[in-house]
Amino acid sequence: MNHLSLIIKREYLTKVKNKSFIVMTILSPIIMIALFAVVAYLSQLNNNKERTISILDESGQISPIFKNTDNTTYNILSNISLDEAKAQVEKNQEYGLLHIANNTDLDEMAKSIRFYSEDTPSLTLISSLESKLEKKLTDLKLQQDGVDIEKITASRTSIDIAQESYQGEKTSKMDNIVKLAFGGFAGYLLFMFIIIYGNMIMRSVIEEKTSRIIEVIISSVKPIQLMMGKIIGTSLAGITQFVIWIILGTILLTVVSLIFGIDLAAMQTPQQEMMQQAMQAPEVQNQMQNLMTAIYNLPITNLVVAFILFFIGGYLLYSSLYAAIGAAVDNETDTQQFMLPILMPLILAVYVGVFTVIEDPHGTVSTVFSFIPFTSPVVMLMRIPFGVPIWQQLIALVLLIGTFMFTVWFAAKIYRVGILMYGKKPSYKELYKWLRY
Amino acid sequence: MNNLLVTNSVSKNFGDFKALNNVSIEVPKGSIFGLLGPNGAGKTTLIRIINQITMPDSGNVLLDGKPLQPNDIKYIGYLPEERGLYKSMKVGEQALYLAQLKGMSKAEAKQRLKYWFEKLEIGDWWNKKIQELSKGMAQKIQFVVTVLHQPKLLIFDEPFSGFDPINANLIKDEILQLRNEGATVIFSTHRMESVEELCDHIALIHKSNKILDGNLQDIKRNFKTNTFEVGLVTENENRLKEIIQQKFDISKADFKSLNDDLKLNIKLKSNETSNDLLTFLTQNAEVNHFNELIPSASDIFIQTVKNN
Repeated sequence: MNHLSLIIKREYLTKVKNKSFIVMTILSPIIMIALFAVVAYLSQLNNNKERTISILDESGQISPIFKNTDNTTYNILSNISLDEAKAQVEKNQEYGLLHIANNTDLDEMAKSIRFYSEDTPSLTLISSLESKLEKKLTDLKLQQDGVDIEKITASRTSIDIAQESYQGEKTSKMDNIVKLAFGGFAGYLLFMFIIIYGNMIMRSVIEEKTSRIIEVIISSVKPIQLMMGKIIGTSLAGITQFVIWIILGTILLTVVSLIFGIDLAAMQTPQQEMMQQAMQAPEVQNQMQNLMTAIYNLPITNLVVAFILFFIGGYLLYSSLYAAIGAAVDNETDTQQFMLPILMPLILAVYVGVFTVIEDPHGTVSTVFSFIPFTSPVVMLMRIPFGVPIWQQLIALVLLIGTFMFTVWFAAKIYRVGILMYGKKPSYKELYKWLRY
Repeated sequence: MNNLLVTNSVSKNFGDFKALNNVSIEVPKGSIFGLLGPNGAGKTTLIRIINQITMPDSGNVLLDGKPLQPNDIKYIGYLPEERGLYKSMKVGEQALYLAQLKGMSKAEAKQRLKYWFEKLEIGDWWNKKIQELSKGMAQKIQFVVTVLHQPKLLIFDEPFSGFDPINANLIKDEILQLRNEGATVIFSTHRMESVEELCDHIALIHKSNKILDGNLQDIKRNFKTNTFEVGLVTENENRLKEIIQQKFDISKADFKSLNDDLKLNIKLKSNETSNDLLTFLTQNAEVNHFNELIPSASDIFIQTVKNN
């Protein structure tokens, strides 16, 4: 059997059979899902808590807007002084008391509104009260100025600018969101993959050095074969782990939500809740439709092919550097000084992707970084959903492959010399010397 | 064609450091060839070049008369000085893997491994992890892995380090047997007693240069000074000394003897034979010790290194 496939097989099997690898593979999704479930459960508990809020509306104009909901009961008080009301609310252990003083000047009235409670009230509650009051008071003011509310409501127009390219492709705002989500996901996935499995490759190279087996192996196979075998074997183990995570995660998620009846989507932050309130309009249906067309509009074939090519290219580029670092040092603590130059372009790529590509996917900065091989995998993947000409993608890919071949050559040089060097903490100067050996 | 391996003027530089300078050695077929030299002399670099781990800057290496090919690794078994095994891998799996890297088929490797494991009585280690074994046990596995593919050239770099005397002897016997079965052995070591015991040819490398090589017997013959160690019993030691001094160069000798006799080193001139000396001595005293001083490998090593 050919050496490379033997090495790949060994690397793969050792990784996959490793106890901590197995534990991590199984435990990670369980822990993640458990965490989600707990958070979801807790926030649901919170949401389900029934509360009663007393309202003392001295003007008598406002209280009708408060309608009881499943969780909140509004208790409208009347003919009672503020102090009495406070005492009563406190005695009944109600959630709180909203006091609206009577005032002909609506601005003064708005200022006088108070909420009394034992503890600091929840942000969600206050926001929802505020938005209700705002709306009502605005209406009252308009009425005072003699404006017909009916007409205003009728005259409200909802706008969603339909976008169309010169070629007649229809797009919408939702398109951009979907594109961003896809690009962000792809870029982030690559970033995580490089860091997790790059480190794994590095450790396995160091292990061969510390166990002193390297010279035995190297007398049978070429260093570059060993290095490539390691990179490919570890990547396959990584893909296995990722796939198991996704499958296990999906299964667990389904099971957990079935058993506990927790709607994980119901996990909401106050901001989301407010956004939802703002969107309680017929637009929502429209948006769902837009989402579907947006996904449908993505250049799917281009995306999938580009994703695979740039992912592989970028991953191999960085992992060969990780392998070289592993070969250059004796133990993991010595790797620090070499990690920064690897992480810098990677972090830069993510920053450019997140801050620049979103604003201006085809601007100078985005374009330039999508060609530079060390940042192109992340940035180009983020740009492609916005439509990048094939020739640009090809140039970036050729540059990436060219650089990849260079780094493999470079890493193999370091590797070849480094794996047989013991007891020396190498400096960059030393590494430069190794290149000429 | 009597040489299995020949290196022709092999040189290697690491940056400004000259690790090997025009080193040529010839390893005869079926010999045990000792590659000697002080630490840092360049032995390991030469061995790595033979194993194609490092490439020489100039010069070439011939195996069986042909320039070394990448494929030739399957004819070479190499036990490096810096050696080890994957700690968390099982013995059997690991041995199979390393054998397959040397080009053996899995079935063949399994069969050969069984033979060796039985021979060294380590059959029940198959499913153990290396980290569960002692250092000496791991060394045995390492030895098996080195010789498993029946290479015609075996290279051992300090093979006995880490072995207890019993196992060292066992391995030594195995090496001798492999040689008798036709293998050629290159043997790099500092331990001169094993050189004396095993090697029939040696090369001495010092400061990147080969300073001595050849058949060990021939080298010893060249290094011997025609000096004999004698023990003589006589009544008047001083008189006897004077008589001998008139004819030969003498110096005081020191060896263990039951008798309280006169101990001398006597150096012959080039035209005299040992019989001449013996005849002369028996005429003057009773000879109860007569031994030619042959330089040991260690003496030769130290002397040659000092002179360079």
